[in-house]
Amino acid sequence: MILGIDVGGTHTDAVLLDNFAVRRKAKVITNQKDLLDSLLKVTEEILGDDGPELLDRVVLSTTMSTNAIVQGNTSRVAMILAGGPGLSSEMLAINDDTHLVSGYVNHRGIEAAPVHRGEVERIRTELRDKGINHLGVVGKFSTRDPKIETDIADILKNDFSHISLGHRMSGNLNFPRRIATTYLNAAIWDTYNSFIKNITRFVGRFTTGLPIYILKADGGTFEISQSAKCPVQTILSGPAASIMGILSLTDCPDDAIALDIGGTTTDIAIFAGGVPLLEPLGVTIKGHKTLIRGLRTKSIGIGGDSVVSVEKGELSVGPERRGPAAAFGGPAATPTDAMIVLGHTDIGDSGKARAAIAGLAEALGRSPEETAQAIFERTCNDIVTAVQEMIREINNEPVYTVHEMLEGKQISPSVLFVVGGPAEPMAPHLGDRLGCRAEIPPNAEVANAIGAALARTTTELTVLADTEKEQLTIVEEGVQQPIPASFTREDALDICRKRLRERAISMGGREEDLEIEITEDQSFNMVRGYYTAGRNIRIKAQVKPGLIALSGKDADR
Amino acid sequence: MKKQKRTGLIFFPAFDWAISPTHPEREERLLYTQDQVFEEGLLDLDNITEFKPGLATVDDINRIHICVPDAESVITESHLISAGGAITAADKVMQGHVDNAFALVRPPGHHAMRIVHGARGFCNINIEAIMVEYIRRKYGHRRIAIIDTDCHHGDGSQDIFWHDPDTLYISIHQDGRTLYPGSGFSDELGGPNAVGYTINIPLPPHTSDEGFLFVLDNLILPIIDEFKPDLVINSAGQDNHYTDPITNMNFSAQGYALLNDRLSPDIAVLEGGYSIESALPYVNVGIILAMAGIDYSSVREPDYDPDAIRQSAQISRYIEQEVSEIHELWKTREARRAEVIQGAGFLRRRRNIYYDTDGIQEEQVETVRVCDDCGGLLTIDSQASTGNRIFAVVVPGQSCPACRKKGEQFFDSMGTGPYHHAYFQDRDRDIYLVK
Repeated sequence: MILGIDVGGTHTDAVLLDNFAVRRKAKVITNQKDLLDSLLKVTEEILGDDGPELLDRVVLSTTMSTNAIVQGNTSRVAMILAGGPGLSSEMLAINDDTHLVSGYVNHRGIEAAPVHRGEVERIRTELRDKGINHLGVVGKFSTRDPKIETDIADILKNDFSHISLGHRMSGNLNFPRRIATTYLNAAIWDTYNSFIKNITRFVGRFTTGLPIYILKADGGTFEISQSAKCPVQTILSGPAASIMGILSLTDCPDDAIALDIGGTTTDIAIFAGGVPLLEPLGVTIKGHKTLIRGLRTKSIGIGGDSVVSVEKGELSVGPERRGPAAAFGGPAATPTDAMIVLGHTDIGDSGKARAAIAGLAEALGRSPEETAQAIFERTCNDIVTAVQEMIREINNEPVYTVHEMLEGKQISPSVLFVVGGPAEPMAPHLGDRLGCRAEIPPNAEVANAIGAALARTTTELTVLADTEKEQLTIVEEGVQQPIPASFTREDALDICRKRLRERAISMGGREEDLEIEITEDQSFNMVRGYYTAGRNIRIKAQVKPGLIALSGKDADR
Repeated sequence: MKKQKRTGLIFFPAFDWAISPTHPEREERLLYTQDQVFEEGLLDLDNITEFKPGLATVDDINRIHICVPDAESVITESHLISAGGAITAADKVMQGHVDNAFALVRPPGHHAMRIVHGARGFCNINIEAIMVEYIRRKYGHRRIAIIDTDCHHGDGSQDIFWHDPDTLYISIHQDGRTLYPGSGFSDELGGPNAVGYTINIPLPPHTSDEGFLFVLDNLILPIIDEFKPDLVINSAGQDNHYTDPITNMNFSAQGYALLNDRLSPDIAVLEGGYSIESALPYVNVGIILAMAGIDYSSVREPDYDPDAIRQSAQISRYIEQEVSEIHELWKTREARRAEVIQGAGFLRRRRNIYYDTDGIQEEQVETVRVCDDCGGLLTIDSQASTGNRIFAVVVPGQSCPACRKKGEQFFDSMGTGPYHHAYFQDRDRDIYLVK
């Protein structure tokens, strides 16, 4: 059986899954000061008298990294940037401990200026004096050739407890995002590593050899010891857990919308042909745009507990939340109260709900029922507008080939999945307005924990071949090797698939779960004068975010 | 620190389109530019927004071109996208989504003339001209200045705006005696009804940043000030760069950034530029930053050495002299117009036009009605080596009633005679007829 746990901001949820069937579920209040305590409590509750020997694996989604960043519980990090010409250095510095050094490679990964050893050594002295132990080293175009980063790291490798290198974070281009990602990775390194050490110790008390997986922002998992190498991958796994949960609880091969309507916010995600969409470049956390692959979500400040106010005769909902709904003793009228007045739900104290709505009704000069209806419609409309806006953004994303431009693939959802407190009363109305069939998945209240439990191991890999330079680069692994001038796109595809498979297995993936997809496949003639001098080949592949396969024994049942 | 602007970027590298596999206008052309723009993270900047290009329509093309036998036969989808990209740039600026916009699209267009029998200088249709007429049609802006900073004379744009006194067309380029298309001399000043509104500034080979910026500061900007355009458009070729393989100039990424900063175009549209690895990535980053009002002083090519490419004192003197001569031509344009017209009612020019890309030869006789009130009714008799012979009646934009009436009568009464087709084009009323 699989134990899935999602440590969320408010609740910690756990499910025990026998293949895809929920055997038990549990929910405890999250202890923000001690996440390990929450884990312990929820595990005790769900296992009851049973021992851990019935578990095949544990999958964990935690707010650990997210909280560390959002609350500033991070280590002081020095950044060494080798950017060469381009944006001004003031725009690149991420903190006061950022140092710019000479040395850079160009867009083809050709060294344009070397690292200056003396310069790096002077910085070492300065950082040593300041007592900084964590270092990030980032070069412009280091994903084309990591040499500059590794040269700098070689000089400094004995002076820091940890060095994060930019090219290991992602194979994608974007120097400022690479800087932010590398910085965050180094900044949460200590916090994260001590957290997983505690988890490993905690689990080790019950059992040995139980695989533990951690959920990433892209809705995939990796084995806990692998996560130690790149903790920044674990940020923002919460929304990913919910989306993967919805994916597992439904069986929908079409374009679909997923809504998680909470107390304060509503999270929107989109599935294209049954596959959750990823952020084009990477997720954003506390104002830092990163290269961390993450599921594409849009969060809006509207939820069941949003404050409803009247200004100049106009109703508005959210984005503020002042407490629970009036029906639960909160200070202001909320959409939840409106739904109680309308009889859509019978939770809470309906008298308090009615009183709160009546206050607004007076200001509007309408009856409480009319006012409740207006609030309900406003809430639904605001959510619908945000969903439509998100779909429009996705459909208007630029493409760079004539073929894609003319093909003009457009997302057109036909199904709406809704989870969260007000899902029941709101789903049919939202579905009507969006022209979608509305569904509320079973076990929706623990969708996040189920999503974590069933998510497969994901990863991606970028392979670049420059046959003029006769060089192959496996970006995320920092590997470079010679190739013959006759190297072809097919050769690159083969290598990419093979190395991606190996990478996924080493991260804890199972052979049967590796649904590999080529996400970029380009090959360009490089011409000198009027003759072809070589080919510039760019291949990117991923293990798609998705669910683990049924295990053989269970599938037969 | 200067004020930032909201800049729109329409990026369409057409990674699956080429004239031929080793042609300079091929798939790879904007690859390294894309790499550099992405790696610099420019699209993440709050004041830079990327927009997907729309598709231009055949109507947009027919508003400005006479395509033989029709638009569908002389274009590919890629041309509709690059013209559509320019139009999207215009829409975003006109509708106030952004302060300015750069259409970084291909294929280019500034060698495409009014009559199109095929491709010239890698161009089939003139994407700026299509955009300009779209703007006039949709938003009503009349006075437009196009500054063509491509290294090659923009003979197509010149042809299209030759008779249009509402379009100030200024081309700055390598001297036509040393480079394709061999035209663009300072005495090419526009048709009889628009004398002075075409300005050609041929520069000697090896002109560097100093020369370009001197021309900008001392000639182009003062003339623009006087013309008072509603919009300034940079027809932004990037082949003046010191590494360009098919030209001989010494302009740099810094120079391009400075030029765009000072010119401050509302819209820039990419034209040529074939040093795809050594120039375009840096030139484009420089232009984008300059348009967005972001510090571009650290943008430079890895091998940039200003002293090694600086123009000679002789070139500087030559340019100073030329600038003062051309400025004089501009100031005396009214007198020149009288000299050109000399009381004639119609004026005629005969030309041979070569389509180097498609290997077509065209003979053209163009007749314009001398008119004080508009650009003048135009008729064109065009015969190409493809065997096609056509006749076109073109009523100019902002046409006076007399020119329109004469044009309508002429077209109504004419038979097709020796012509495969006769065309009637009236931009103001968006009428395009073929018989």
